[in-house]
Amino acid sequence: MASTITTVPNAGAPVAGSRRSFWSKLRDGDEIARLITFLFAASVVFITLLLIFELWQGSALPRHKFGFHFLTTQVWDPILDEFGALPFIYGTLVTSGVALLLAVPLGIGAAIFLAELAPARVSDTLQFFIDLLAAVPSVIYGLLGFLALIPLMRDYIQPGLKKTLGFLPFFTGPMYGLGFLTAGIVLAIMVIPYIISVSREVLLSVPRDQREAALALGSTRWESTWKVVVPFARTGIMGSIFLALARALGETMAVTMVIGNVVTISPSLFSPGYSIAAVIANEFTEATGDLYLQALVELGLVLFFLTFILNGLARLLIVATSQRGSGMGHT
Amino acid sequence: MHASARPAVSVNLTPPVTNASGREPAAALSMRMNINKVNFYYGTKQTLFDISLGIANSKVTALIGPSGCGKSTLLRTLNRMHETVRHARLEGEILLDNKNILAQDVTALRRRVGMVFQRPNPFPKSIFENVAYGLRINGTKLAMADAVEKSLRHAALWDEVKDHLHKSAYELSGGQQQRLCIARALAVEPEVLLLDEPCSALDPISTAKIEELLVSLKDLCTIAIVTHNMQQAARVSDFTAFLLMGQLIEFSPTPHLFTTPSDPRTEAYITGRFG
Amino acid sequence: MSRRLRWRKFISGFMLTMTGLCAFVAVSVLFLILGYLVYNGGTSISWNFFTKLPAPVGETGGGMANAIVGSGKLLLLATLFGVPIGFFGAIYLAEFSGSKTAFVVRYAADLLNGVPSIVIGIFAYSLVVLPFKHFSTMAGGFALGMMMIPITLRSTEEFLLAVPRALREGAMALGASKWKTIATVIVPAAYRGILTAVLLAFARVAGETAPLLFTAFGNRYWSHGWSEPTSSLPVMIFTYAISPYEDWHRQAWAAGLVLLGLILVVNIIARAILARGIAVPRT
Repeated sequence: MASTITTVPNAGAPVAGSRRSFWSKLRDGDEIARLITFLFAASVVFITLLLIFELWQGSALPRHKFGFHFLTTQVWDPILDEFGALPFIYGTLVTSGVALLLAVPLGIGAAIFLAELAPARVSDTLQFFIDLLAAVPSVIYGLLGFLALIPLMRDYIQPGLKKTLGFLPFFTGPMYGLGFLTAGIVLAIMVIPYIISVSREVLLSVPRDQREAALALGSTRWESTWKVVVPFARTGIMGSIFLALARALGETMAVTMVIGNVVTISPSLFSPGYSIAAVIANEFTEATGDLYLQALVELGLVLFFLTFILNGLARLLIVATSQRGSGMGHT
Repeated sequence: MHASARPAVSVNLTPPVTNASGREPAAALSMRMNINKVNFYYGTKQTLFDISLGIANSKVTALIGPSGCGKSTLLRTLNRMHETVRHARLEGEILLDNKNILAQDVTALRRRVGMVFQRPNPFPKSIFENVAYGLRINGTKLAMADAVEKSLRHAALWDEVKDHLHKSAYELSGGQQQRLCIARALAVEPEVLLLDEPCSALDPISTAKIEELLVSLKDLCTIAIVTHNMQQAARVSDFTAFLLMGQLIEFSPTPHLFTTPSDPRTEAYITGRFG
Repeated sequence: MSRRLRWRKFISGFMLTMTGLCAFVAVSVLFLILGYLVYNGGTSISWNFFTKLPAPVGETGGGMANAIVGSGKLLLLATLFGVPIGFFGAIYLAEFSGSKTAFVVRYAADLLNGVPSIVIGIFAYSLVVLPFKHFSTMAGGFALGMMMIPITLRSTEEFLLAVPRALREGAMALGASKWKTIATVIVPAAYRGILTAVLLAFARVAGETAPLLFTAFGNRYWSHGWSEPTSSLPVMIFTYAISPYEDWHRQAWAAGLVLLGLILVVNIIARAILARGIAVPRT
């Protein structure tokens, strides 16, 4: 005779392998907690997907009308309904390029100082100030750029450059104080903290014995830093540069306030210009007609893709360095 | 407690010294380096007490002792690597060819006194560039390729890597990487080579290869080696110094120290009663 | 010493000094910015500034009372929207999720974090402004809230994960269910880090201008409720700075000083909380 086994449902834990109804599972405090927190976490994914969807849908008209020509056309004429992204892509790239040209040597130099030379407390204190610098909002940079830097550029720096390097096509033309160069300078100041922070961390993670090996071979301090430690950290440093570039590409306010907001492609850095973010900021609320507005949305989509790729690459590079630091050979 | 042998500039040793390679009895022995009454501090904590000993020219000197006894600390003073640590302080005299190294330029010193570290630490460069590094910064009279080949031969690595010189050093095995580090150190033609537990991260076969190598390197340069492996010291070295808690307990020719140690603590250590 | 060695040592000293100069320049920019703001804006901070509405164009004596209140409302909305998502989402990641789901959520958060703020503005526009056919505080709060999510999420997750196993196991061994453990032991243990994360996210969005340009838009008068467009401090700074009026420039400096002051103070407080140590001893 088989004995009957009565199972008492355990109210605290889910019974393994049993088919409990959804509602009885729900009585578990834990399951509710899991469900609720899952919904919140899922909403993050949902929001991100929705954003991409809205950008895509919201730019349908110009995408169908212009296709890839959108990226190569110079014309931006709301009256004739001709929209091309080239001047804005150009402006974005030029200003970011100038920014990196200035920020990378300064940033890496500062990072080397903080990681290799400064005693720990000095390094931490300076890093604290650098972190505060990173917290300064874009509009403040714009404010300073517009009211303080532009006059400086117009009265001293641009004339100075013209006098010394005016034979180059970059430093020709009328000097208004604003333009690609000014925007590039402001962007450089804005992205330096990112280069410094990440590069410093990456340099600090280089194993001690790399530097010691170099010194033990009779290197000077600079030689051991520049020829051994920095190359060891080079992927991470590249990552910091990509990160900085991604930041520079998306910067809106500071650039809008000093670039001049003129649709033009010019080799001269003194020339006023436009960037993707700046034109969206300036013309979005003025856009008449669906094609116009959606062309701006498409510009937003372009910007999104650019920063998406750069940020992804940056992450890969930074992770790659930290992995290399912890493991040595391959066999 | 002081060392049982007091190294002077020249020492006549009896009984005759026989070592692993079975050479004839040594005549007058000259000291390449001299450590005179060295005291060492990390901040306020003293870790080396009144150490005096000599590193004999063209011989292998081993520093042994239990963990924390200060043997690595002592080794690192010989090329002033202790100066890379902020609160390290040295008192006393260390002489290279009778000149105080503490008064000389440290960069020049480190070319003359090279070092191989506990874990292989090749640079993230090719095998060739690793060896060439020291040559590039110091300048070399030979053509680079010849100098690199020479060093790799001395380190018994040439045959294994000669067709792969431009591959990354990280593709080598642990033992090969360590020999590469030895080649890298030898490339600048140091007068003294310091090795800080060079085999502790390696397998027995690689260890044996490196031990063989060290004996053959004596002709090239003077060698000082720190090891926690007593048998290794017995196999490889001509002289051994036993340190305990920052003090030099005994310093004598290797066979003597291992067969008839003068100090009871030395005997206790080598018979495995502690450490 | 050989000539070559002397040259190498000279280069070494020179280059290392240059790096020190780079660090000095980078850090002094911060003080330059603060100095400029204090010098130009310090004198314009007055009672009027905090209490009056903007004066008609060309007249002096106006203030930014509506912008200050507007920013307050926007930030409140942003916090209410963004922080719970980030906080509870992080709890899911740290305590409940499997590694595949966690990867997807983290990836999405990082992606969202990297989106330029102007694009977030476009998104908020199409979601909240278009359907209702007008600009609103709600839209602006939504945009800013979305920007708070990734920072809150990733940092909270990090601090939750840092709570030692020993604490969790101790609570569970006493019979506490998972959610009780989380609520009464883990979260309190990580509260410092979580608070810091929220403060830093707050400071980050307090200064954002671009996403507000076509969501909250702007308002020269008081904004009532949540569905009217509203003025905000950053947008006022933008508008006034590029205007041709001296008085407005002065107010822009003052507003800049107030805004930056607020952001820096919140940042410093946040870091000070963190520096006082995580509430749980590291094992």
